[in-house]
Amino acid sequence: MNARIGWIAFNTFREAVRDRVLYNLIAFALIMTAAAVLVGQISIQIERIVVVNLGLTAISIFGIIIAIFIGVGLVAKEIERRTLYTVLSRPVRRWEFIVGKFFGLAGTLVVNTFFMALGLFAALFYVAHEFTRADLGLVVALYFIVLQFFLMTALALFFSSFSTPIMSSVFAFAVFVIGTFADELHGVASMLPGVSKALVTGFAYLVPNFSSLNVISRVAHNDPIPFSLIGLNTVYAMLYSAAAISVAALIFDRRNLK
Amino acid sequence: MPVIEISGLEKRYLVGFWRKREKIGLHPLTLAVEKGEVFGFLGPNGAGKTTTLKLLMGLIFPTAGTANILGLPSYDHRVKARIGYLPENPYFYDHLTAEELLEYLAQLSGVDARNRKPRVQEMLSRVALTGSSRVQLRKFSKGMLQRVGIAQAILHNPEVVFLDEPMSGLDPIGRREVRDLIQALKEEGKTVFFSTHILSDAEALCDRVAVIHLGELRGVGAVDDLTSRVTGQVELLWQGAGAIDGIVALGGKIHATGEIVRATLPEANLDAAIDAIRRAHAKLIAVTPVRSTLEDYFVEKLGADAAVTMTGKTEKTGARS
Amino acid sequence: MNRRAITVVLAAVAACSLGGAVATAMAVERVRGEGLKEEELFLPSGAVLKRLSLGYSGLLADIYWTRAVQYFGELHHEKAVHYGLLYPLLDITTQLDPHLTVAYDFGSIFLSQAPPEGAGEPEKAVELVRRGIRENPKEWRLYANLGYIQALELHDYRAAAQSFHDGSQIPGARPWMKVMAATTAEHGGEVQTARYLWSRLFETADDPMLKQNAVKHLRAFQVDDDISRLEALVAEYKKRTGAEPASFGALISMGWLSAAPRDPLGHPYRLAPDGHVYVQSPAELPFITRGIPPGAEPAVVPKTF
Repeated sequence: MNARIGWIAFNTFREAVRDRVLYNLIAFALIMTAAAVLVGQISIQIERIVVVNLGLTAISIFGIIIAIFIGVGLVAKEIERRTLYTVLSRPVRRWEFIVGKFFGLAGTLVVNTFFMALGLFAALFYVAHEFTRADLGLVVALYFIVLQFFLMTALALFFSSFSTPIMSSVFAFAVFVIGTFADELHGVASMLPGVSKALVTGFAYLVPNFSSLNVISRVAHNDPIPFSLIGLNTVYAMLYSAAAISVAALIFDRRNLK
Repeated sequence: MPVIEISGLEKRYLVGFWRKREKIGLHPLTLAVEKGEVFGFLGPNGAGKTTTLKLLMGLIFPTAGTANILGLPSYDHRVKARIGYLPENPYFYDHLTAEELLEYLAQLSGVDARNRKPRVQEMLSRVALTGSSRVQLRKFSKGMLQRVGIAQAILHNPEVVFLDEPMSGLDPIGRREVRDLIQALKEEGKTVFFSTHILSDAEALCDRVAVIHLGELRGVGAVDDLTSRVTGQVELLWQGAGAIDGIVALGGKIHATGEIVRATLPEANLDAAIDAIRRAHAKLIAVTPVRSTLEDYFVEKLGADAAVTMTGKTEKTGARS
Repeated sequence: MNRRAITVVLAAVAACSLGGAVATAMAVERVRGEGLKEEELFLPSGAVLKRLSLGYSGLLADIYWTRAVQYFGELHHEKAVHYGLLYPLLDITTQLDPHLTVAYDFGSIFLSQAPPEGAGEPEKAVELVRRGIRENPKEWRLYANLGYIQALELHDYRAAAQSFHDGSQIPGARPWMKVMAATTAEHGGEVQTARYLWSRLFETADDPMLKQNAVKHLRAFQVDDDISRLEALVAEYKKRTGAEPASFGALISMGWLSAAPRDPLGHPYRLAPDGHVYVQSPAELPFITRGIPPGAEPAVVPKTF
């Protein structure tokens, strides 16, 4: 059983990597370096801050978009185009398929992020000419961004399990935007009375919290991230992804394939 | 015990904007296929052949009835390792090569690691794709994809093979090759269940056929039986145009190519026809009884109350819906 | 494993993970909560944000407004004395949406008031409101806001009177603007003027926090009045009887009071042996200048008025 998940994951990884996704890495690295050079010429003293902010934000946004498109593309499209038929006619359980897809996509995104991070560090070195201990914070920020990607992938799979490719992308992106404003949702909830407060607070907790995984500005200012936050965020991302994937598997298990 | 046992298998859909109207994709189907048979599932496009196959493969779920394969429920896992499936118009992962795809599917089918590579190569050569094994699938023509599809259906040496329109997209040579392959599978003792709307293929290959139309099973029978019925017509072949009028008078239908004439007429008038030919000093070449073809059976089963064109579009003349 | 078993397991995993995720989210909020109040939080400039917001600046303004209110509310709850982010947040809000009047209303009071009831930055408040006036020249209420700050926190009565006057000239301005101009000009430093201003503010404010704040000020005036009056009665009593009254009961029996006097919160006033009158819980009555029991910290650093 585990072996099948592994093969599905590997195959997904291979398919994703060959699917032009690789080219964005090169594009990104080039853009980053160019931006860094430009920035260095405009502003003095805060180049590092700008490079870190710009770089991490770009990695985050690029990555989320990739996560949505390959997450949706490699599952919803696969279902629509019947590539799936020959796989599912074999002794593969439907939930194994979903889980395998998740790991394959997650792996792709990790590799993706790794190369983009290299570009970022290169740009940073160009600007600051040295690496300090404070730059370790960048690694934490990148780790959190990867956790965001896992969450996004799980959500993309969730929507793909019952919706068309286009609608899945739209839903996934919408959930990302809402999740980014999770803090504001909590804020609004705290100002409401009674039942509305309970409802909005509940909703604020159900929505995937992308903002707590965003420590970009803290890291840009060399603000240390507490270990407890790292641990908690890891647990949160794992649990939430598990929830999304198991529901995706549940739905997919019952789905009549066109 | 039958290898495939279908009992009351039904599929209903809810259609319409509010999903209120019901449409029946497959009326309750009962069918059995024995071991080693080559079974043809015939019907025009949209008849329900693919629906039946998808139900058997567990890609869609029945609203009633059961299906057993090799004695186990069709959705049972242990069954899936012993069957092979070729979907209609298969579509595969664009960026894998044929070799990689087959290896991946072999892994999923549980083929032993040691055997995988040799098996894959064997399959590739069997479907004549060895030269393109390293080419990415997105560059494959339809015919090549079809052959990959067949390869993946048999690579794990299944006992039962399900093929949905296996000849589709193939040129005459390809079709011949597939026919030979199915024949070979039969000789290996496998059971083959395939759907098609090309009757000549079915007639050549199948032991038994079933005819399905508008989601309903219209008839089942052994090909030999169905085509051995004599229609009561004979076909005459002779040389000499002069005899034509006489034959037409006896109720014959004429096809003339230069001096060679072919005519079909009722058997009762055979003697009179031979006389007519002799009187016209024409040279009789052959006399053959006309046997019923599968097409006759097919059209008959499709129902006198519906005129069916080869594309499957139905013009309703009767009350059937 | 048959299908039913798989379904049950998946459903259980889904439910447990989701529950666990929510619980973890709460824990995360707690950990992050400590970091959010830091004053070094990177806040981008309003102008940059406006450009980045791709036309959705109104929504973004609302979001920052929410943050500003939440920020102030949380800190105020903890009786903070430092509200460093309040001005930046309001600044960004009004740059994103210069017509968000409630932000100016809020800022004019809570930026200017002394901590812990405000940020204690009246000059910044003035700056904020002046920008509001620039962007909303027809909004006469902003002149009132400006007047409040100048009168009540900066004690610049001439400037306040001018602001009220300017505001009263705008079509649609309420007649009381003229009254405020006159009152501030003639009776700038008097308690009655301040009382009048706060009453006006209470009536015109929509925001519950602003109303609540005005109520606190009005209560403080009430307390100051009460205590002046009560202490005067006590002095009178002493003059007539030659001794300090033992309790308010003595004053009641004199017919000068109908019942034991209570402060606006309903707590009874305390009569000390030396003739002073004190409130029971000074912490609940910010802004009072009299009646604070000896040794108690005033809720707000009192300003000489």
